[in-house]
Amino acid sequence: MATASQHRIRKRALKVAHFAGLFLAMSIICLPGLWVVLNSFRPTVEIMAKPPVWIPESLSLDHYRAMFGGAGEGGVPVLTYFRNSLIISVTSTVIALLVGMAGGYAFARYRFKGKGVMFVALMASRAVPGVALSLPLFIIFGRTGIIDTHFGLILVYVAMNVPFTIWLIDGFFRQVPKELAEAAEIDGCTRWQAFWRVEFPVARSGIASAGIFAFLTSWNEYALASQLTRSATSKTMPVGLLDFTSQFTLNWGGMCALAVLMIIPALVLTFLVQKHLIAGLTFGGVKG
Amino acid sequence: MAQVQLKNVVKKYGAVGVVHAINLDIAEGEFVVLVGPSGCGKSTTLRMVAGLEDISGGEVIIGDRVVNDLPPRERNLAMVFQNYALYPHMTVRENLGFSLKIAKRPQAEIDRAVDEAAGILSLTPLLDRKPGALSGGQRQRVAMGRAIVRHPDVFLFDEPLSNLDAKLRTQMRVEIKKLHQRVGSTVIYVTHDQIEAMTLADRIVIMRDGHIVQVGTPLEVFENPVNTFVATFIGSPPMNLLEGVIRAGQVVLADGTAIPQPPGLNVAEGRKVQLGIRADNIMPEGHALPPTAHMAFVEMPVILTEPLGTETLLYATLSGTEMQAKMLNPRPVSAGERMRFGIALDKCHLFDAETGNSLRG
Repeated sequence: MATASQHRIRKRALKVAHFAGLFLAMSIICLPGLWVVLNSFRPTVEIMAKPPVWIPESLSLDHYRAMFGGAGEGGVPVLTYFRNSLIISVTSTVIALLVGMAGGYAFARYRFKGKGVMFVALMASRAVPGVALSLPLFIIFGRTGIIDTHFGLILVYVAMNVPFTIWLIDGFFRQVPKELAEAAEIDGCTRWQAFWRVEFPVARSGIASAGIFAFLTSWNEYALASQLTRSATSKTMPVGLLDFTSQFTLNWGGMCALAVLMIIPALVLTFLVQKHLIAGLTFGGVKG
Repeated sequence: MAQVQLKNVVKKYGAVGVVHAINLDIAEGEFVVLVGPSGCGKSTTLRMVAGLEDISGGEVIIGDRVVNDLPPRERNLAMVFQNYALYPHMTVRENLGFSLKIAKRPQAEIDRAVDEAAGILSLTPLLDRKPGALSGGQRQRVAMGRAIVRHPDVFLFDEPLSNLDAKLRTQMRVEIKKLHQRVGSTVIYVTHDQIEAMTLADRIVIMRDGHIVQVGTPLEVFENPVNTFVATFIGSPPMNLLEGVIRAGQVVLADGTAIPQPPGLNVAEGRKVQLGIRADNIMPEGHALPPTAHMAFVEMPVILTEPLGTETLLYATLSGTEMQAKMLNPRPVSAGERMRFGIALDKCHLFDAETGNSLRG
């Protein structure tokens, strides 16, 4: 009996320690994010105070009001940036997913010459740091006249994302047994129907996670976007943050407010698809 | 329903031949089992019939159509896969009705067909579950249901029972046989399990290394194996083979033991042969079937026993070869005991020692 209760106590202590550890780790991870959210609601004086004010004394929506206000009152074209970000991220994600699905499927299912080399080359292309490409890209885009356009950035993001979507989706299609497509073909499907009605739905959650990954990459990307955009016609939200810097001052509160607006869609999207991400694939259809 | 013909069918991967010009006629409504060790080309042959594998040469004819260049969906067949290949994102009902839905049949007809198939296979209570929530045997039945819903010309089974445990396998074997009696379709069934082949088949096709070795009813291949491969592959335990030389009408083994030739055979003096004796035809004296006219007797030391209840399997050595013999009405036997065994010569086989081919013309 004694050992049983001892065991129970130890188990409970372990659980508490677990939670404490997780809480500590999470607070370290979340602190910068919380700081951003907090700062977007309080006056600049408090943000800049030394020693720092941990518990805010007054909260307001002043920074948000100013941001959406006219140009003279520290306003920035938030909605335009948001639209640019959305157009560029969504379009590049959709394209990267389509290419990724085609490529991933081909790598997972077919044997062809140079398959291994191609795969390694795709991965190696990701090893080149994006910033290293900014100058050549800037020159080429400048020459071809696609600098400061949606098209230009979409092109860059598709190129950045395709290797990863191919790699991820290849992995997910590999887990879908090829007998499923064969069974569908025998059941009367064309090759194309077998893909869309059986293989695609089974690999859907994998494709969704590749989509989130691609979307967040383009949504958050700053280095290349800051080089390749000039004006409100194509500036994305991360680049828009720079609007809050002027020659002698930094509007931290405004910057934080815009950052919060940037985080929200990403968070919402992640929550929407997290069911797919967590659920993973249900492979009840086959045994083995 | 349809007949299936294979004419000189060849499968090559690059330069490597996997199936070498096989010929086979399968009659309408016949249950044919392709059996052989792994890598013998039986699955590849089945997949060529299904259209999942290109045919490198020859013709596959289903009904009266050459189907070489038809995609699987135009061949009107159904296939049950070894891993079942149920669609994991669909319920059992959707799985069963999928082929009819693809064929754009009216919903009422689909429902009727699904309910009928579910009734036959007692799947009705499971119709709204997904495959992930089913046991192995239930998944197996859904896979069969998916096949019968379409009323195909030909059923193809690719080792459908090898993922089930032994007990369930026996049950499903019976269900498959009942199903065939009920729907009467042509069936081509692939397995590496000779017991499945024996119990299910109207005709067995034994394959090795991409060739057909023998075709016949289960009893034909059991009683008249064309060579030592079939002799040891079909039947359990496998046939005992003793190396020897023909001397004065007797098979003389390496240790000098002489066993008369099986009756009705006349093999040239000095020829090297293998004498084939099934365990059922070599039994210890006093624990055997009534003796026949052609008996021979040998003495062997028992090295191991396997009591099975109604009979005991005895392992013994004769001329350095391990033999298996059956003991009816068993009594306890201890290892090392020497026993006298009777051999029913008229049930024995002679094979050429080099080619392994049967010497029974």
